[in-house]
Amino acid sequence: MKNCEYQQIDPRALSVSPLSAQIHTEKKEQRPRRKWEVFPGKNRFFCDGRLILSRHSGVLPLTLGLIVVTCGLFFAFDCPFLVKHLTVFIPVIGGALFVFVVISLLRTSFTDPGILPRATLDEAADLERQIDSSGSSTYRPPPRTKEILINQQMVKLKYCFTCKMFRPPRTSHCSLCDNCVERFDHHCPWVGNCVGKRNYRFFYSFIISLSFLTSFIFGCVIAHITLRSQAGKSLVQAIQESPASVVELVICFFSIWSILGLSGFHTYLVASNLTTNEDIKGSWSGKRGAEESGNPYSYNNIITNCCVTLCGPLPPSLIDRRGFVPPDEVVPAASTASQMELPHFSTKNDVNMCTQSTKDVLERMINSGSQTLCSPGPPKTTPLVQGLPSTAALSPEPPPSAGCSGPLGRRPTDSRCPLFSRSSEKESLHSINPAFRLASPSPSVTRTAKTLGGAADVSFMPLQPGSVGDEAP
Amino acid sequence: MAETHSLQDFQRPAVSSKVFIQRDYSSGTICKFQTKFPSELESRLDKQQFEETIQTLNNLYAEAEKLGGSSYLEGCLACLTAYTVFLCMETHYEKVLKKIARYIRDQNEKIYAPRGLLLTDPIERGLRVVEITIFEDRNIGSAR
Repeated sequence: MKNCEYQQIDPRALSVSPLSAQIHTEKKEQRPRRKWEVFPGKNRFFCDGRLILSRHSGVLPLTLGLIVVTCGLFFAFDCPFLVKHLTVFIPVIGGALFVFVVISLLRTSFTDPGILPRATLDEAADLERQIDSSGSSTYRPPPRTKEILINQQMVKLKYCFTCKMFRPPRTSHCSLCDNCVERFDHHCPWVGNCVGKRNYRFFYSFIISLSFLTSFIFGCVIAHITLRSQAGKSLVQAIQESPASVVELVICFFSIWSILGLSGFHTYLVASNLTTNEDIKGSWSGKRGAEESGNPYSYNNIITNCCVTLCGPLPPSLIDRRGFVPPDEVVPAASTASQMELPHFSTKNDVNMCTQSTKDVLERMINSGSQTLCSPGPPKTTPLVQGLPSTAALSPEPPPSAGCSGPLGRRPTDSRCPLFSRSSEKESLHSINPAFRLASPSPSVTRTAKTLGGAADVSFMPLQPGSVGDEAP
Repeated sequence: MAETHSLQDFQRPAVSSKVFIQRDYSSGTICKFQTKFPSELESRLDKQQFEETIQTLNNLYAEAEKLGGSSYLEGCLACLTAYTVFLCMETHYEKVLKKIARYIRDQNEKIYAPRGLLLTDPIERGLRVVEITIFEDRNIGSAR
C-alpha cells in the first residue's frame, strides 16, 4: 500500500523541537539566582543574602576587636580580684553588657538600613515623561526637584540620578554604598554600614550600651587598682601586678570621651526627631527665624519623638535580598521573528518588570526620547539630562557609580512566559514575596496570569544608559 | 505541530502600557499613595473603584505604621531581648503586609483582571509606586 505506516517527520516539528531543546538546555544551564547576587549597590552579602554589609566595611573588625579584647582582659585579669574583694555581680553585669553591645553592633552592621531599591525602567521612563510634560506652573522650579508641603513646611524632593526616582523626604543617597537610604543618618565606618531608618535603633542601643560598658569597665579597673594599692602597696606596684588593667584604662579613657559625646548627641537627635544628616546640613534650624523647631517631622514632644524613633514599628527590608531573579528567557518559537536576542550579561536591578516587545519599546523611546541603547562600551548620557543645569538639583554628593561600566553593562529582564515554565513562574512568584517569609508564594500574579491566559510577551529591554555623565561635580 | 497549536491557544495578551501611582508625601514620610485617577484608566475602570482601592491600601499601610500601645510594647520587648525576638516572631508591619498582599490579590481577581488590568503590590516596587499594568484588549484584536 502506498499509505506508509511510517510517517514522514513533519519539518515544522523539526524546526520547533531543536529550538525548544536548545531553550531547555539554556534554562538548565542558568541556575536561578537570588536578587542579592545582582544587587547594584556597593554592598556585601553573607549567608545567602540574609546579612548585608557595606563594601566599605571600614573599621568594623577594629571595633569588634577592641570590644572583645578589652572585655577579655577585664574578665581575665580584673574580675577574679574584684569577685574576691567586692561582689560576684561584677562579671555578671559586665557579661550582660558585653553581650548586649556585641548583639547591637552586629545587628547594626548586618541589617539593611532602609535601602530603597532602584526604580524600574518603566517607572523611570514614566517619571521622565512627567517631568517633561509638567510645564503647568508659571514658576518653573529647577529641574529634577519637586516641592511638596509637609505639615505646612516646604520640603524639596531631589531626583536621584542613580536610582532614577525622586527621593522620599529624609532619604539620602549614600555615596559609599551607592544606595538611597531612607531616613539616612550617616555612614558609620565603625559599624561598617549606613545608619538609616531600619537600623537606627540598633545603632542607638549600641552606643548607649557601649557607653555603659566602657564606663563600667573604667570604674571597675579604677576600683581594682585602688584596692590593690590600698593593701600596703604603692600604685606602681599595683600596676605592675596587673598590667592588663592599664591597657584597659587607656582604651576606656579614650573611648569614653567619644562614645559618651556621641550618645549625648544622638539622644538629642532622637528627642528632636532629627537625623545627623539634617542636623549637619541645618535643614530645619537657622532658616526659620523665631520658630524653635522648623522640623516638620517632629511631634514637638520629647517622649513621643523618642518612642517613635526607637520603639516605632520596624518596616521590612524593601530590597528583597533572598528573592529569586526571574531567569532570562529566550523568546518562544512563534514570536522569534520580531525579537532580538541579547547575550546574557549579569543583570542589574529592575528584574521584576513586565517586558514588552521590542517594537513597543522602540516606539516609546522615540516618543519619550528618554533612553538610548547602550552597547557595552562607554556609557551614554540620556538626551534629557544633557540639556539640564544640574547644579541646583544636586546635593553635594560624589558621582554615583557608572552604569554601563559595571559588569559588562546591564540588562533588566523579566519573563512570565507560562509556556516554558513551571519553574520560571515559581521563580517570579518567589521574587514577588519580599522581605517577609511566606509558606507559599503569593498567588496574586499566578491567578491573574491564569485568568488573562498568561503573562506578557517575553522580550528584551534596551540596555540602560549609564549615569556617569549625569551629575556634574 | 502540537506545540504550535498550544502556542496559539495561549494568546498571551501584550502589555499595552503601565500606569504608576506615585507616593503622596503631604502627611510626612508615612506610606500613602495619591488617589488622583489617572487618565489612562478612564476607559477601563471606574474612578470610584480606583479611589476605593487606593484608599483601602492607604488605610492598611497606615495601620502597619500606626504608633500606639501595641507597637511601643513590641519595640520595648524587642529592645529588652536585644532584638533577638524578631528572629522568631513576625513584626506587626509584616503581618499587615501579608494582609495587603491578600487584598491586592482579591482586587485583581474581582475587579482588575476582568478589565485587563493588573495591580502590582507596591512592596515589589520598594513602596515607591502602585504599578497598574494595562493589557491589550483582546476583543479589539491582538497583534498575532
